[in-house]
Amino acid sequence: MIKKLFFLLIAKPFILFFIGLNRRGGALPKKGPAIIVANHNSHLDTIVLLSLFPLKLISLVRPIAAADYFLSNKWVSWFSSKVIGIIPISRNRSNPKLDPLESCYQALERNEILILFPEGSRGNPEQRTALKKGIGHMAKKYLTVPIVPVFLYGLGKSLPKGDFVPIPFFCDVVVGQAKYGKNDINQFIEELESDFISLAEKTNARTLGF
Amino acid sequence: MTLLTRIHPNLLMAGVGVFCLLVVATFIILILKKLSPDKNYTELVLRIKSWWMMAGAFLFVLLIGETASIVFFSLLSFLALKEFFSLIPTRRADRRTLFWAYLSIPFQYYWVSIGWYGMFIIFIPIYVFLFLPFRLVLSKETSGFLKSASAIHWGVMTMVFCLSHQVYLLALPDANNPNGGSAALLLFLVFLTEGNDIMQYIWGKLFGKKKIVPSISPNKTIVGFVGASITIVLFSYLLAPLLTPLSVIHSLIIGLIVSCAGFIGDIVVSAIKRDLQVKDTGSFIPGHGGILDRVDSLIYTAPIFFHFIRYFYY
Repeated sequence: MIKKLFFLLIAKPFILFFIGLNRRGGALPKKGPAIIVANHNSHLDTIVLLSLFPLKLISLVRPIAAADYFLSNKWVSWFSSKVIGIIPISRNRSNPKLDPLESCYQALERNEILILFPEGSRGNPEQRTALKKGIGHMAKKYLTVPIVPVFLYGLGKSLPKGDFVPIPFFCDVVVGQAKYGKNDINQFIEELESDFISLAEKTNARTLGF
Repeated sequence: MTLLTRIHPNLLMAGVGVFCLLVVATFIILILKKLSPDKNYTELVLRIKSWWMMAGAFLFVLLIGETASIVFFSLLSFLALKEFFSLIPTRRADRRTLFWAYLSIPFQYYWVSIGWYGMFIIFIPIYVFLFLPFRLVLSKETSGFLKSASAIHWGVMTMVFCLSHQVYLLALPDANNPNGGSAALLLFLVFLTEGNDIMQYIWGKLFGKKKIVPSISPNKTIVGFVGASITIVLFSYLLAPLLTPLSVIHSLIIGLIVSCAGFIGDIVVSAIKRDLQVKDTGSFIPGHGGILDRVDSLIYTAPIFFHFIRYFYY
């Protein structure tokens, strides 16, 4: 409920008026289970991706986020879990027997829609970094779950890592074709990488480094 | 009822006129579609739809009153400036300066709302102009400094200072224009400017062959430009007695000035798009592209029209 209210009254109007999105490409999944994968440059990425979903679906959409950062103190932790509804995962494997993605698998079993940033961290503004393998493992385990790549451009200019004041910029959101997992993880990651490159070409992101 | 009695009958008549033009344009598109169903009219249909929205919103706020219009145009400045800043390459060190550049909008439109002409006319060319480079210095990044300082100020000058001249027309005393008051002047300016764009498009599509500036804009033809100029001078001659205090000779001059200035504004923004290698400035208005593609002519026509009319009639 609090998540719906936050998106209806704060996030959606803020993104509509202050940021302004140029949306291109296909449709987002209308039901779970599904996985949205996107490039990551800003805290706004998560909010923007969530706001693309209708309010009806929004409680089903769960961003995967690093536990060490988003559960670091009481306030951030409350906001991350209650308002955004993250699925916290641990970045350092303390117990090698435990799969760090276990909580994500459970969410997929509950027919939820996951948001995952396979670059891991936000990195430098508007610079892409190599994709991590986790998404490959998840896709291999759930071969029938659609994986939708989304390319975001401009949010890293609006609110880059290390800055706290968002500046208005129009941002591009390009939604790609849904794809499915492969047994060969490396090949899957390579394909996803080239998907992102072709989505990026549809935006003004000419200066991007790969 | 009070609202309707407050509105000048000439203004109301002009509003109805715009509405009729849109109805005619919509019918023409429908007939074209019937006559040759194999042709693709999607872009034209989108354009007309967007014109309905834009003209509707503009007339609505104009008839409601001055405050609504000021809010509407400050929002337009904000969107145009945002589109410009999103288009140009900016450095991370520019972020805080961009914030202050945006902040000039509420101030500039506030001067309009209280009718403080002196501040309105110097605020951006002097105070903002001097302040922005100072704020840039505080970011301590000298590489690319001049480029950033120039581009940011160019954006504020065009999208805020120039565009705000439209609404300052509303702050002029109504009494000097018995034909519809100050709101009628704004309607007259916007109608001529946007009409010029449309006429260039129509004349160019129908008879245009030779391009004027192919290296900057592939769509501008000599016939389009000349045809639009003649049409707009005629429009100005016909509408001026209804909406403005302009004398006959002044109405002809204004028609020519608006037509030429609108053309120049259009190709200046085209040159920027060429420089940045983008086709449209955005996708905000379906069929038209971005906000900048729509307000580019107004950047030039608004201040020139304003100062012409202020010099001779106020």
